[in-house]
Amino acid sequence: MSEPVIKCENVYKIFGANAQKMLQDSNGNVDAKTFQENGCIVGVNNASFEVSKGEMLVVMGLSGSGKSTLLRCISRLTDATGGKIFIEGQDLLQLNNKDLIDLRRNKMGMVFQSFALLPHKTVVENIAFPLQIKGVKTENSISKAMDMVKLVGLDGRENYFPRELSGGQQQRVGIARSLAVEPDIWFLDEPFSALDPLIRKEMQDEFLRLQEKLQKTIMFITHDFDEALKLADRIAIMKDGIIEQLDTPANIVLNPATEYVRKFTEEVPREKVLLIKDVMDVSKDNLGDLKVSKDEIIENVAEKILTQEKTVAVIDNNNKIIGSINPTKIINTVFGGRKNNN
Amino acid sequence: MEILKKYPKTFQWLFLLIVFFALCFAVDVPETYKFIRGQAEFVKDPNQSSYVFLGKEVRYYAFDVFWRLPPLLGWLPIWINDSLFFLMNEWMPIEVWNEDTQEFKSRPIVLQISRNLTAFMTFLIELIREILLGGLETIVAFTSWDWIDKNPWAELPGLPWTIVAAGAALLSYKLSGKGLALFAGLTMVYISLFGQWKPSMQTLSFILVAAPLSFIFGLGLGIAAFKSKRVEKALYPILLVMQTMPQYAVLVPALVLFGVGDHAAVIITMVVAIPPMILLTLLGLRAVPPEVIEAGRMSGCNNFQLMFKVLIPTARRDILIGVNQVIMVCFSMAVISAFIGAKGLGFNLLLALNQLNIGLALEAGLCISLIAILLDKMSLAWANKQTDYFGNLTFFQRNKNLLFFGVIFIIGIILSYIGTFLFKDTFNYLFEVPHNKGISTADFWNKGVDWIFETFFVYIKAFNTWLIQDVLQPMRALYLRMPAIATIVLVVGAGYLIGGLRSALVVCALTLFIAFSPWWDRALVTAYMATFGVIVSCIIGFTVGTLCFQNKHSANFMLGVCDIFQTFPSFVYLIPVMMLFGITDTSVLIAVIVYATIPATRYTIEGLRSVPAGLHDAATMSGVNKFQRLTKIEFPLAFPHMMLGINQTIVFALFMVIIGAFIGTEDLGQYILKALSDKKGAGIGLTLGICVAFIALIFDNLIRAYVQKRKKHLGID
Repeated sequence: MSEPVIKCENVYKIFGANAQKMLQDSNGNVDAKTFQENGCIVGVNNASFEVSKGEMLVVMGLSGSGKSTLLRCISRLTDATGGKIFIEGQDLLQLNNKDLIDLRRNKMGMVFQSFALLPHKTVVENIAFPLQIKGVKTENSISKAMDMVKLVGLDGRENYFPRELSGGQQQRVGIARSLAVEPDIWFLDEPFSALDPLIRKEMQDEFLRLQEKLQKTIMFITHDFDEALKLADRIAIMKDGIIEQLDTPANIVLNPATEYVRKFTEEVPREKVLLIKDVMDVSKDNLGDLKVSKDEIIENVAEKILTQEKTVAVIDNNNKIIGSINPTKIINTVFGGRKNNN
Repeated sequence: MEILKKYPKTFQWLFLLIVFFALCFAVDVPETYKFIRGQAEFVKDPNQSSYVFLGKEVRYYAFDVFWRLPPLLGWLPIWINDSLFFLMNEWMPIEVWNEDTQEFKSRPIVLQISRNLTAFMTFLIELIREILLGGLETIVAFTSWDWIDKNPWAELPGLPWTIVAAGAALLSYKLSGKGLALFAGLTMVYISLFGQWKPSMQTLSFILVAAPLSFIFGLGLGIAAFKSKRVEKALYPILLVMQTMPQYAVLVPALVLFGVGDHAAVIITMVVAIPPMILLTLLGLRAVPPEVIEAGRMSGCNNFQLMFKVLIPTARRDILIGVNQVIMVCFSMAVISAFIGAKGLGFNLLLALNQLNIGLALEAGLCISLIAILLDKMSLAWANKQTDYFGNLTFFQRNKNLLFFGVIFIIGIILSYIGTFLFKDTFNYLFEVPHNKGISTADFWNKGVDWIFETFFVYIKAFNTWLIQDVLQPMRALYLRMPAIATIVLVVGAGYLIGGLRSALVVCALTLFIAFSPWWDRALVTAYMATFGVIVSCIIGFTVGTLCFQNKHSANFMLGVCDIFQTFPSFVYLIPVMMLFGITDTSVLIAVIVYATIPATRYTIEGLRSVPAGLHDAATMSGVNKFQRLTKIEFPLAFPHMMLGINQTIVFALFMVIIGAFIGTEDLGQYILKALSDKKGAGIGLTLGICVAFIALIFDNLIRAYVQKRKKHLGID
């Protein structure tokens, strides 16, 4: 595997006057409570992970869990107190101001919860802003921005001001702006949290479509577990600055690492999240006639499987049988192992 | 004991009052005490005590320290004076090339800087004045008198008034629409027809120099304060004092540093106008959402781009409100700085008031108020104006206003050319209506004033006598009867009960400064006048505000009225009261009351409005009637905001009391006025100004502490 695009090693972010010193004294053993007694607040506590190219890592946590702080450390909007962050092998914390600005101008894009559009610029000017900051000629930047306007489906509204747009439309502008410089790394800080549920779903689908096309390396922050499950390649669940579990959505749902993570997974409709391959058995005995693809979501094939008496074969993309699944397994997966059912 | 525990605060206050009155009765009035206490003056009096500090001898009438504290700060004004003198005349002499004598001359650096600064200001003012009124000094500045003698065509003719009037209307139309355009046009026509053109343009040129400069400096300092905590901390106390310092007081040091004239007035106006600009810049920049800043950062902005492409445009509205404030302060100062020789409407107004020509004063006052309202509305419209998209407009559409102005310009010039034929033997009225050649209503007003005096003299006099003899004199006597120790205990105790130890210490320091200055009695008189004004203003303001609040339209109307009244330069208030009540304390007090009622009314309405609609509905559904809702829900919740109104009322009242010295009161203001004509007045003026500012700050501190506590208690912010 190639080098990870984002790599964090023991990243700490501690707010407070003498955070640096306290962190050194603690020898990497940070206890939020003792820090708080000394007037320091722990934002991120010993975060280590990697994000590889084209992967979408969703960081999920409730408010105050440090997820946004973690993102801001990686975009260096705030400086991490301790640890190392590498962007494509470059040590982020060692960059001087000029290199950092260069990095942001060419490699990074970010979308914000409250859209953060410039109120005095039109849609197209907002989108062209990062390009103009970079020094691209007005004409070129506007034509590039117009492409972006089309990409996010705002044609015809390019001369509107942000105040004249709905929330969903404003966030489309925010997305277009963050993509204008064609960054490799895309940061999204709760981009859909301020939107209505219906618009949110629409934007999520739109976002998946875009990602299919663009294949960016993404860090996506959310407080919505369902959103995380829907979008993520991998999910990091954070609590009090600590990453509680970092895994694929299926693994998190099936094997929550801590009690805290379990609380989130309990209410999840598993049939909507898990794929056949996540729950199939490897044995290939006693197969019936029906075959299902390993990449089907359980919900879509559950009815078919449950009406079978025999075990159902699971096939891969090449129509090769790679395992089996029986109705009991489906029932256990969907209904079993939940607290209120036990 | 039970009650004591139930209402601890009440008993603490009661205890404080008991101590206060006990002290009042315990400390007798010394037999030698006369109202006017010994000054740090140079008159020997055998009864005076004296001490020497830093080589300055301070003489004063000594009393029991419980009665009046000795003026331990009496050396301060003398010391400030001497320092200023030293700075101006002796400190760090440098060699300066003298054009006239063709030789180097030694001059102190401060004097040189001040000379250069004044020369620069004079140049700017002259330049704008000559564009508006014509003249040749600007050209002379670049060439020489000889050159102008040879080339008489180079003299600037000045803009015909028609062009300025139409230009103002056009600009107003662009900013706001037809209504403002009409107002602008009418204002300009009025000014011209009534022969006030020249002084008005002089005042305008003064403002057109002072306002932009104040804006630039205010913005710069605001940005600096935003960027650096240290700068902000250093600026903050200065801003606080400057905001509460009466404008008279700053005139005096300006007189010493920059001399007499428009240039000094501009510089001192800047000193007064920059603080609100700094505050509003800081406020605006602070209000930019952090995510917008982050978005700017992530777009790859460097610090410069972040400031000028992201922060300032986003904070545009607050910054432009700052511009509005700057313009208002400039107008206020345009009148007051007439005391140090600024030309224009203010000077005419002052002259007319001095001659008791109420009619002329009224005309000048009306003019300056109209221009102030116009510029106020224009700058507000500019602040609230949203940018329009102009990307796909044609050249003509984009520049139509400029083109239009070009057409107006040509028409105006043609008109004034025609005027030269039309008014061959008299003045060219299409070019400029000369001063006092326009329509004048002064006689009418003067007659009106005379008529009022003749008709109502008896009643006015009776009212006057009653007010002075039965209300004001006893009140003044009461204030003066307070021993210093009792006053200090009362104020500091109040500070402790309201805001805790910190508040008590701040208030104590402020009070002690005044008590140790040589003007404690004057400060008491100032306080008494202000208190009287504030009480009456608050009663009127709360009543009017509450009544107007009952109906949405009347509330909006009242706020509009407040806006307009607040736009009037403070000095203008003296005209109608002098018209009605002549030169008495009553006049000053009525001006104080009218002026200070504005914030009281405004804050009452705003406070009542800020009560959440949900609570309103909840109360209605609980079945309250209108009166109950007012007393049980709206007043308690609006009270903190109304208290801030009282705070403003106090500042306004103090300002007007000081300005009232012009009519002749015997408070601190009178001494500031005296200092203006005193060669060694700078130190006295400044110290007095600080004293007045400190009176305001004492109340400011107490009220703010209370409001903060109360708001926290109510959970509103």
